[in-house]
Amino acid sequence: MATMTMVKALNAGLRRILEEDDKALIMGEDVGRLGGVFRVTDALQKDFGAERVVDTPLAESGIIGTAIGLALRGYRPICEIQFDGFVYPAFDQLVSQLAKIPNRSGGRVRLPVVVRIPYGGGIGAIEHHSESPEAYFAHTAGLKVVTCADPNDAYWMIRQAAASDDPVIFFEPKRRYHAKAEVDTTGAPLGLHDARVARTGSAATLIAYGPTVDVALNAASAAAEEGVELEVVDLRSLSPIDWEPLEASLRKTGRAIVVHEAPGTLGMGSEIAARLSERCFYSLEAPVLRVTGYDVPYPASRLEDDYLPNLDRVLDAVDRSLEY
Amino acid sequence: MGSVDRPRPAKKTAKSRRNSASANEPEFVQLLTPEGKRRSHPDYDVTFTDEEYRGLYRDLVITRELDAQGTALQRQGQLGLWPSLLGQEAAQVGSGRALKPQDTVFPAYRELGVQWCRGLDIISAFSLFRGVDLGGRDTAADRFQMYEIVIASQTLHAAGYAMGVAKDGAVGGDDGEAVIVYHGDGATSEGDFNEALIWAGVFNAPLVFFCQNNQYAISEPNTRQFRVPPHRRAEGFGLPGVHVDGNDVLASYAVTEAALDRARAGEGPSLIEAFTYRMQPHTTSDDATRYRDEAELDYWRAKDPILRYRTWLEAESLADADYFAAVDDEAAGEVRELRQRVMDLPDPDVTDMFDAVYTEMPAPLRAERAEAVAFRASLDEGSES
Repeated sequence: MATMTMVKALNAGLRRILEEDDKALIMGEDVGRLGGVFRVTDALQKDFGAERVVDTPLAESGIIGTAIGLALRGYRPICEIQFDGFVYPAFDQLVSQLAKIPNRSGGRVRLPVVVRIPYGGGIGAIEHHSESPEAYFAHTAGLKVVTCADPNDAYWMIRQAAASDDPVIFFEPKRRYHAKAEVDTTGAPLGLHDARVARTGSAATLIAYGPTVDVALNAASAAAEEGVELEVVDLRSLSPIDWEPLEASLRKTGRAIVVHEAPGTLGMGSEIAARLSERCFYSLEAPVLRVTGYDVPYPASRLEDDYLPNLDRVLDAVDRSLEY
Repeated sequence: MGSVDRPRPAKKTAKSRRNSASANEPEFVQLLTPEGKRRSHPDYDVTFTDEEYRGLYRDLVITRELDAQGTALQRQGQLGLWPSLLGQEAAQVGSGRALKPQDTVFPAYRELGVQWCRGLDIISAFSLFRGVDLGGRDTAADRFQMYEIVIASQTLHAAGYAMGVAKDGAVGGDDGEAVIVYHGDGATSEGDFNEALIWAGVFNAPLVFFCQNNQYAISEPNTRQFRVPPHRRAEGFGLPGVHVDGNDVLASYAVTEAALDRARAGEGPSLIEAFTYRMQPHTTSDDATRYRDEAELDYWRAKDPILRYRTWLEAESLADADYFAAVDDEAAGEVRELRQRVMDLPDPDVTDMFDAVYTEMPAPLRAERAEAVAFRASLDEGSES
C-alpha cells in the first residue's frame, strides 16, 4: 500500500510494463526527455532509453500509424495523445486501421496497442484541452475503451490494458491527475472490463466513469446527509460495457442517472439509457436520466463550471427521478 | 471552365517535365527504350542470366493475364470490383523481383503483380474483391501485408514496421531486412504519406517508398496532386528520390534493388517514382472516357512494358517463338485455374463477421452473434418449408 497521485500511479504502472516486457514501447510527443506534459512518463526514458521511450514527431496520425506498424513487427506500443482535442488527426488510423486490421485479417493479426488520452475539463484550459471524445471510440467495433477514476485503478488498468492483445483506448481524467489515494500494488482489484459498485445505496443509482465518479460520490455523500442513500456504479469500461452490475443495481433501486462530461446527444448515457430500458423495463420507477455536458462545443473555461455536471446538477436530477 | 482544369495530354506532360528539369534533377532512369533498345545509365544496371531475363517476361505476361481475368470475372458478376493494373506490369514485376526473401511488402490494392512475384497465392486478392472475406492472409509468414484500401494509410504502417526492423537490429549486411511500401500518385497528397516520409527520415528506417505514378487518382491528374513531382519532393524530407521509367522492367528492377540494398545496409529510406500509366479505368466501376482521350491511350500503348521487353528479348535471341508460346500456354493454365478457384470460393458464414473482431469476444457481442445465428437459421427453416 502506498499513497500516491494518479500521475504517479500511472508512471509506476508504465514502469512495471517496461520492466516486464521487452517488447513494450512508449511513444508520443514530449514523452521522453520532458516526461510528458503531465509528467506521466517522467524519468522513464532516462531509465529505459530512447529506443523504448520514443519522442516522436508532432503528428498524431503518425504516432498511431507507426504504432500499428511496430505492432505488426511484434512490439507492444503504448502511445500518448497529448490532449483529448488532439486525437482527431489520428482518427483514420484509429478507426479504419487499428480497430479494423485484426478483423480484416480474420484474426490472424493482433494489434496490442494502447492509446493513452488525458481527457475531460475542469482545469481552466484553452480550447481543445478539455474534451470528452470517448463515444467516438466506444462506437467503433474493434477498439476497447476504458477509463480510470482513481490511482489504484490507474495503476492496474494501464497494466491490464498493456497486457491486452486487443487495441485499448485508455482515457485518463486529467482533473483527477493530482488527487492522492492508496494504491495496492499486491493484486488487481478487478478485471479491465468490470464495472464496480463504488458506493452502495437503495434510493437510486448514479452511473459515472472517469472524472464524474468523484462528482457522483460527493453527490451521494450530500444526499446521505438528507437520508437518501444513492448507489454509485463506476463503469470503468466503456467498451465493452459490463451490463450485469448496472442491471442488478437498477433492479434494486428502480432509478438510474448517468453522469458524464461529454455532450448528452448520442453519448454513453444514451446507450446506457436505451439498453437499461430494454433490459429492465419492469423494474423502472422512473426514466433513466442523464446529467451531461450540453450539446455545444466545450465552452471558454470561465463557463466550464456551468457546463460540467456538478454536485448540484446531479442532486437536482436525483430529485426529479425520485419524484416520478 | 479554364483549360487549366483539364489534364494535359500525356505527351506534353512528358516533354514539359524534361524541359522544366532543373540542373540538379536526377536523370530519368531507363535501361530499355519503348522501342526495345538497351540503354546504359551511369548509376544503374542489371546483370541477369538468360533464364532470369526470360523469367521476367514470364512474370509480366502471367501478371497481365491474371489481371485481365480479374476484369473478366467482374464483368461476369463473379467479383464485385476489380482494380486493373494493366500497363503497370513492369513497375510491379521489376520491383517485386528485386525483393529478397527476408524483405517485407506493404501493398496498396493494385499490387497483384508484386504478390505474384513473391510466389504467394494470389487468391486472397480475389476473395477480397468477391466479398468472401476482407483479404486476410498469414501476413507474417508471407512478408506481404494485407491490401490497404484507404489511400496512404499503409505508408505509416510500413514506416513503423521498418522502425521495428531497425530496433530488432535486423539491418546491416546482405542478409539485412528491408521494407517496401507501394502507393500511387494520389497518395502523395495525403497527410499520412507526408508524415510517413518524416518518420522514416528522422528514424532512419529501412524503408523504400515505391510510388507508381500512373498519372491518375481516379480522374484527377498529376497536376491536381503536386507542383513538384514526388521524386524531387523526397529531397525536402532528406531522402534520395529516384525517377524511373516504370514501363521498363529492367530499370524498375535496378533502382529498387539499389534502394532496398541501401535500406538493408542501414543507410536509410528512399523514394522511387515509377513513371507509368494506368491503361484501364481506376476500377471496373470507373468510366475513364469522361476524363481522358484515345490519343493519350495511344501514346502510352506505344510505351507498352511487355512489347518493348519482348522486342529486346527477340533482338538478343534470348527467347524464341516456342518460348513465347509456352509462356502463353502457362498463363492460360494459370488463368483457368484461377477462374475455377474463384468460382469455388465458399460463401462466408454469418458468424465470420463476429469471430475475429476481438481476441476474446465480449459478452454483449456473444449475445448479438447468437441472435444473428438464430435469425439466419429461422429464415433458412422458413425457406425450406
